[in-house]
Amino acid sequence: MSTQTGSAWVEGSGSRLAKYNIFKRLNWGRFSVIAVPMLWLAVFFFIPFLVVFKISLSETAIAVPPYTALLDWNLDEAFINLKLNLGNYLFLFEDSFYIDAYLSSIKIAAISTVLTLLIAFPIAYMIARSKPTTRALLLSLVILPFWTSFLLRVYAWMGFLKKNGLINEFLLSTGIIDQPLIMLQTDFAVYVGIVYTYLPFMVLPLYSALEKMDLTLLEAAEDLGSRPATSFFLITVPMAMPGIIAGCMLVFIPAVGEFVIPALLGGSDTLMIGRVLWDEFFLNRDWPMASAVAVVMLIVLVLPIMMIRNSQGKEEAV
Amino acid sequence: MNPKKLGLAVVLAASVSTTVMAEEQVVNFYNWSDYISPEILENFTKDTGIKVNYDVYDSNEVLEAKLMSGGTGYDVVVPTGSFLERQVQAGIYSEIDHSKLSNYGNLDPVMIEKITRHDAGNKHNVPYAWGTIGIGYNIDMVKERLGDMPVDTLDLVFKPEVAAKLKDCGITLLDSPAEIVSIALNYLGLDPNSENKADLKKAETLLKSVRENYRKFDSSAYISDLANGDSCVAVGYNGDVLQAQGRAEEAGQGVNIGYAIPKEGTMVWFDLLAIPADAPHKDAAYKLVDYILRGDSAASISNYAYYAVANKAAEPMLLEEVSNNPGIYPSDEVKANLFTQNAHTAKFDRLLTRAWTGIKTGR
Repeated sequence: MSTQTGSAWVEGSGSRLAKYNIFKRLNWGRFSVIAVPMLWLAVFFFIPFLVVFKISLSETAIAVPPYTALLDWNLDEAFINLKLNLGNYLFLFEDSFYIDAYLSSIKIAAISTVLTLLIAFPIAYMIARSKPTTRALLLSLVILPFWTSFLLRVYAWMGFLKKNGLINEFLLSTGIIDQPLIMLQTDFAVYVGIVYTYLPFMVLPLYSALEKMDLTLLEAAEDLGSRPATSFFLITVPMAMPGIIAGCMLVFIPAVGEFVIPALLGGSDTLMIGRVLWDEFFLNRDWPMASAVAVVMLIVLVLPIMMIRNSQGKEEAV
Repeated sequence: MNPKKLGLAVVLAASVSTTVMAEEQVVNFYNWSDYISPEILENFTKDTGIKVNYDVYDSNEVLEAKLMSGGTGYDVVVPTGSFLERQVQAGIYSEIDHSKLSNYGNLDPVMIEKITRHDAGNKHNVPYAWGTIGIGYNIDMVKERLGDMPVDTLDLVFKPEVAAKLKDCGITLLDSPAEIVSIALNYLGLDPNSENKADLKKAETLLKSVRENYRKFDSSAYISDLANGDSCVAVGYNGDVLQAQGRAEEAGQGVNIGYAIPKEGTMVWFDLLAIPADAPHKDAAYKLVDYILRGDSAASISNYAYYAVANKAAEPMLLEEVSNNPGIYPSDEVKANLFTQNAHTAKFDRLLTRAWTGIKTGR
């Protein structure tokens, strides 16, 4: 017994020594800087994802917790039983409804992203080209809405958009319309909500890209006879591309899984995957199925992002 | 300070703090929002020395998700009957020892009997309050569109030609498939608890035929929509509609809200007090439940929340406007026409949710 523990200890200390050497080569300072965010990602992203993935492979049960265990073992009979249920994933493709929901979410997110980009670009451009003193003020105006709760701001939009809300009352009183417009609980309201909420996430990366741009390039283009519109598309847009990509990702990704905005501003017929997840979890009480929907949503989002990253990497290599 | 005195002071302080420790009893109560008058909890703490940690939720689904994950730390929760039925199967609740509840005899035996459908022998629940799902309506707007047509009928929301007249002022229904579908089944003369696929299809067809006239399926914002005049007909819970009525009166914008129990019959539901099996303070939980069963407490709940309590001892203490309100305490004749809703099997729940999404999104 004692020899066993003894040898284990020696082994342990040996491997510890080996690790120490690696760390020495790795450079402690750099390692400790990376370790904190890595640990953060592992604890708050990777482990929860594994838990969700695990649940997605189980079956529902009327129990606490409401799904079956993947592993069951009996030490007396010396068996370990691993049971993986892929049925949830297959079911996602059997009923076209889930695919419809994914597509509809992607459509809503894509349209909102384009609209956000169209609105954010001029804002970012103007801020980047203004005097440094006004720039600070304008930037703080972009960030200012974050001082109020997101939920409150969405509720404020309900006040604007509803049937007897501010916009309708203004339009009615000026005589532009004589019947109130139905805006709340439509897809239009969902777009307004998403674009409004995510606008700063688009403006800031665009601004940082545009601000770094060397303006003499534009002067050179002008000297060589390029018209302003041509130089904009040939010089400014390509130089802002890293900001455009970063901003689009920051808007598109959370918009696909958005639940609160469509729930509050959208109509009952706005089909989004966040809502489907809610229904699976709370109405069907099917945690495994809800987990499968969530895992597939992650894959739907992560794959295109990795593809974009890959192509960017290649471009840089060229 | 003289050291002896100091020592005494320390001993005294220590003994005081230990007695406080011993008396520092708590009970964790998880209840629906706006469902109890605050003075009940204050008086309970005054009388028993037990501190109440009070927390609220606004849907059975949220409560169930928490309970199903286990280890919530709650001592008393208030699920609705059909939810409790399934949760009992999952073994979430401890059996109630009725001998520990001196006020259990206050309960109305007729109402208790109805709850045994959800929980055989009422072994896991103590009734809290009950109510109906009916039609909340804006009296003037509906009259303007329908004339003298009676409003105590589900034709308002289920008959396309009637619903079409109300479309412009706004119809909302609870976003609750089990409840709305069983009311639709009952309206069609079918068994409201049917799990027959063909029956579900009939209810789905009915709802789809009127869907274009509905503004929204919604279970919480409809109270303020109705009170503000943003909608004119809402299929909702009686207490919610009566709250909207109260708010509209307070606002004084000339919105008058009424509540009608449909003559075709509707669903009656029971919210039940239950003690989770892993409740950390069971003794305190019994004391709280027993306190809520007192006639004066039950009356205070009913007067505050505008829901009915099945408590005989509370009857003399109810406000007249509550006890005489047929929306809260319906006549025996109306009561006979109410049905209860059972828990569905998981398989039927899936069909139901799928049909519901189809109804809502028009797919």
